[in-house]
Amino acid sequence: MAAPPMFFLLATVAVAAALGMLIARNPVSSALWLVLNLFCIAGLYLTLNASFIGVIQILVYAGAIMVLFLFVIMLLNLSALPELESLDWARIGGFAVGLVLLSQLLYVVALELDLGVEPVSGEMAAQVGSAATLGEILFTRYAVHLQVAGILLLAATVGAVLLAQRRFE
Amino acid sequence: MDVALNWYLALSAVLFTIGTLGVLFRRNAIVVLMSVELMLNAVNLTLVAFSQSMGDPSGQMLVFFSIAVAAAEAAVGLAIVIAIFRSKVTVDITEINLFKH
Repeated sequence: MAAPPMFFLLATVAVAAALGMLIARNPVSSALWLVLNLFCIAGLYLTLNASFIGVIQILVYAGAIMVLFLFVIMLLNLSALPELESLDWARIGGFAVGLVLLSQLLYVVALELDLGVEPVSGEMAAQVGSAATLGEILFTRYAVHLQVAGILLLAATVGAVLLAQRRFE
Repeated sequence: MDVALNWYLALSAVLFTIGTLGVLFRRNAIVVLMSVELMLNAVNLTLVAFSQSMGDPSGQMLVFFSIAVAAAEAAVGLAIVIAIFRSKVTVDITEINLFKH
């Protein structure tokens, strides 16, 4: 299904970039680490032969959403917040929650649930992930959903403008 | 279930956990929003891996709509951050306690 060396390279960089986002003090560095992580995930989509979603990922996430984040950081002129020095209980609790969550997720993956379907071949997967197949199903079976998504984006745009304009006392 | 799919699911679990830790630990509201984006991405990776492994394009349609919702969420969330910054001149989530009276 995927070329393993490429997968491991992209996966390592993706995890390293995510950790960099978590650790970086400066919000701009965090945003740039997240951009690297999003590019790696787009590459992973390409190793899965999902070319359409890979391109959309770069265009929408790395292109539009991250530019929005960087604009807001620039607009607010933020400096790095002072981090908490002491090892308080909330932080230890957070680590425990993270460990439990990770072990639970990996346990479910390790169970190897029987899905009852055979994995499809690479050519078939490339055909499923192509823009032609996805475009056809988007405008036939999911046409109503597409309209609803459009209305949602319109409402979000109007709401964002109103919220950012309003001046709370 | 082939081996490659398991690797993708494990990577997605790791990324989701890092996103959760970001939401729990970071005090900057904008970084918290970015961590939420990371969690959404981890779930999208799972959906695409399953969809490609089963040869069913519906999973990728769900990812498509999820990206649209993530864009809307980022726009509204950042607008709220700007509105809060205007009134309190901070984005530290430990100091944003409007309802705590």
